[in-house]
Amino acid sequence: MLLARHAEAAFWMARYVERAENLARLLDVQQVFANDSRDPGSWRSMLVLNSDETRFLGSHGSVGRASVTQFYVLDQDNPTSILSAIHLARENARALRPLISTEMWTQLNIFHRKLYALTPADLGEARLPRTYAMVKEGCQAHTGITDGTFFRDEAWHFYWLGRWVERADQTTRLLDIKYHQLLPRGADVGSAFDIGQWNSVLRSAAGYYAYRRMHSQSMSPATIAGFLLQNRAFPRSVALCVNDMGNALNDLRSRYGLRGGAAALERIDELQAELNGRSIEGILAGGLHEFLDMFQKTLGLLGGDIAREFFHHEEVVSQSQSQCQ
Amino acid sequence: MSSPTSRSGLLSTYDSGDYYCELLGSPATPHPVFEIIERQLSTISEKELRNRAVAAENDMFDLGVTFTVYSEKTAIDRVFPFDLIPRVLSASEWSVIETGIKQRVAAINLFLADIYGPQHVVKDGIIPAPLVFGNPNFRPEMQGVKVTNGVYVAICGIDIVRDQAGQFRVLEDNARTPSGVSYVIENRRMMLRAWPELFEGLGVQSVDSYGPRLRQALAESSPGSGGDPHIVLLTPGTYNSAYFEHVFLAREMGIPLVEGRDLTVIESRVYLRTIAGLRRVHTIYRRIDDDFLDPTVFRKDSILGVPGLMDAYVKGNVQLANGVGTGVADDKAVYAYMPRLIKYYLDQEPILSNVDTHLCAEPDGLAFTLANLEKLVVKPVGASGGYGVMIGPRATIAEIEETRLKIIEDPGNFISQPVVGLSVCPTVCDDGIEPRHVDLRPFAVTGKDTWVLPGGLTRVALRKNSLVVNSSQGGGSKDTWVLFPEAAE
Repeated sequence: MLLARHAEAAFWMARYVERAENLARLLDVQQVFANDSRDPGSWRSMLVLNSDETRFLGSHGSVGRASVTQFYVLDQDNPTSILSAIHLARENARALRPLISTEMWTQLNIFHRKLYALTPADLGEARLPRTYAMVKEGCQAHTGITDGTFFRDEAWHFYWLGRWVERADQTTRLLDIKYHQLLPRGADVGSAFDIGQWNSVLRSAAGYYAYRRMHSQSMSPATIAGFLLQNRAFPRSVALCVNDMGNALNDLRSRYGLRGGAAALERIDELQAELNGRSIEGILAGGLHEFLDMFQKTLGLLGGDIAREFFHHEEVVSQSQSQCQ
Repeated sequence: MSSPTSRSGLLSTYDSGDYYCELLGSPATPHPVFEIIERQLSTISEKELRNRAVAAENDMFDLGVTFTVYSEKTAIDRVFPFDLIPRVLSASEWSVIETGIKQRVAAINLFLADIYGPQHVVKDGIIPAPLVFGNPNFRPEMQGVKVTNGVYVAICGIDIVRDQAGQFRVLEDNARTPSGVSYVIENRRMMLRAWPELFEGLGVQSVDSYGPRLRQALAESSPGSGGDPHIVLLTPGTYNSAYFEHVFLAREMGIPLVEGRDLTVIESRVYLRTIAGLRRVHTIYRRIDDDFLDPTVFRKDSILGVPGLMDAYVKGNVQLANGVGTGVADDKAVYAYMPRLIKYYLDQEPILSNVDTHLCAEPDGLAFTLANLEKLVVKPVGASGGYGVMIGPRATIAEIEETRLKIIEDPGNFISQPVVGLSVCPTVCDDGIEPRHVDLRPFAVTGKDTWVLPGGLTRVALRKNSLVVNSSQGGGSKDTWVLFPEAAE
């Protein structure tokens, strides 16, 4: 039977890789926005929604493209940087080495080395898209190798559980940040400019063409938010992630005869009810930010349920504690 | 021995000087397969050899065959330097080593069962009582403890060198937690990838069965051995420099790799914390020193161990490999008595000789040592890893005098030995293929019987003229080939 510590390491290895990939996606789209809008406030909003503003100001001073990019990509002292996420993914992989495939370890090892070799020049405007592409591909290679080589026992289920929790969380963040920046204001409402911005949000989640197929007639903030939150076929939609979490957990319990996990399953039901019980218009009317905030908090509680029931933690593991994993 | 000029290819300028060469052999008994090896070595250029060496090292790095050096912020993974020219042992050479090691392991286990039991060896005056009972690695907690099958030492690594006459001698016994076996197996896998054609027509014995053999041996000595014992490997954790080896062995044996915090003791039984709750553990292959094993008995500040583990062990509810208190047997002073212990317990002559050893704890040994410091190797009794060793002929006057003062201050802490002109092996060096000194650590696994892995860790002193092969002091390793009898003779 799987060690509790190894279950936790599998859960977090997946989360950190997913986090790094999403951060690269978010920064990539942010870059496009900032170029369009010439709005320095957009860089600040990213810090605000990740709750990183205080820490950033403590070490970096002025908020701008170069400083925020450096903070989120290469800053070793920033636990929420891409570099830190991959470092932590690799440390969890190190603890999991008796269980993961040699190919998984090798790929993370090489990817990690590649990231540590990045220099400030790689964050220059011209090279940045390539840098983000490299990060995304590294994370995707990890995912593919995992799919193809990771033995599918209990650890594999915890891995995917971690991945869905993190992806759901990250999609809500992407939406939260961008919806704020893109709330229709005065004369801009419905302008071509606005549409271009929304296009890039969808592109950052690799959902532009899928969205087009589903909603060929219209493009509105509401349908886009609805697509990212509620679509049951889009791989990065919150609803799909929550659904897969439930499947992974049910499968784990039935296949290995585990009694734990009841509280986590209830929490997942709660998340599903919140998502599916209301139309997107209803959610927007109640305030999208408030909805997303509540959703992220519930995901945090779910993480705590899983830690208590399977990793046998006394205390709830919060986002900030998880950084020390 | 063929003279340098008659050779071709990579070894055309190679000269082993006054030392016994592991590939050439001696004039009286040339190495049985040297001609085949030389021919195969000559099919490749030095440049190609170097390219393959670089590729092999990169592979090891990517695969994570590394030891890790941690600083505050980063984890730096280093590769244990690997030399592509193998060390080759003929079947007859191996047979001496293999039988010699089995004999020595048997004596070590009998000695431990005796000193933690009836203590005949002391009462019969074979070994002085203070050397045993005053030894810091003697654990009084082990007195009277029943150890399944009498296997105190299930995994033994005995360091062997070869002197200028070509004779094997034991340099050191490692009966606590000998490490390095993962490199034996990984080096072989690397060789097969990097230089497959070198193996052709030689008949090299495989080293792949170590994991299953070890698992079987551990199962044989598991308490209540009925059914399928739950065996785990206990590591200090990812921060330990040998963590790779712990991962490697757990995988080769197919057993869980656990840390102290994954285990708990309830009513003198050991349990593993799993996602489904607690699961009973029967045998622990522990890679943690005695001192850190159980904070309620040994070091109080240890966070690596398991509180209550010693109690479960003493009550026979869990088997530890190796047992507690085995360090008293691999002490450098007890080592000097090993030939006498073999005779005492087995009534046999030692198959493998010791290096002559002078105990500074004894008046004669002390006087001899102090009078001949510039000719001797002086070693602290308890240390490992080549630390604190003074090699007289290589030392400065100041170093010799410093050592003299240390010996006078605490004679019991030192032994001295003549300098052994360790054998050499052709090695890829900056200026070409040159002789470098080597030793050999074969690994013996004991359950109901003792089995010796046909091979071993050949460590090589990469620095010119250096006799110190430890990885902490600029050492690397080589693949060690043991030939099948029919191919060699």
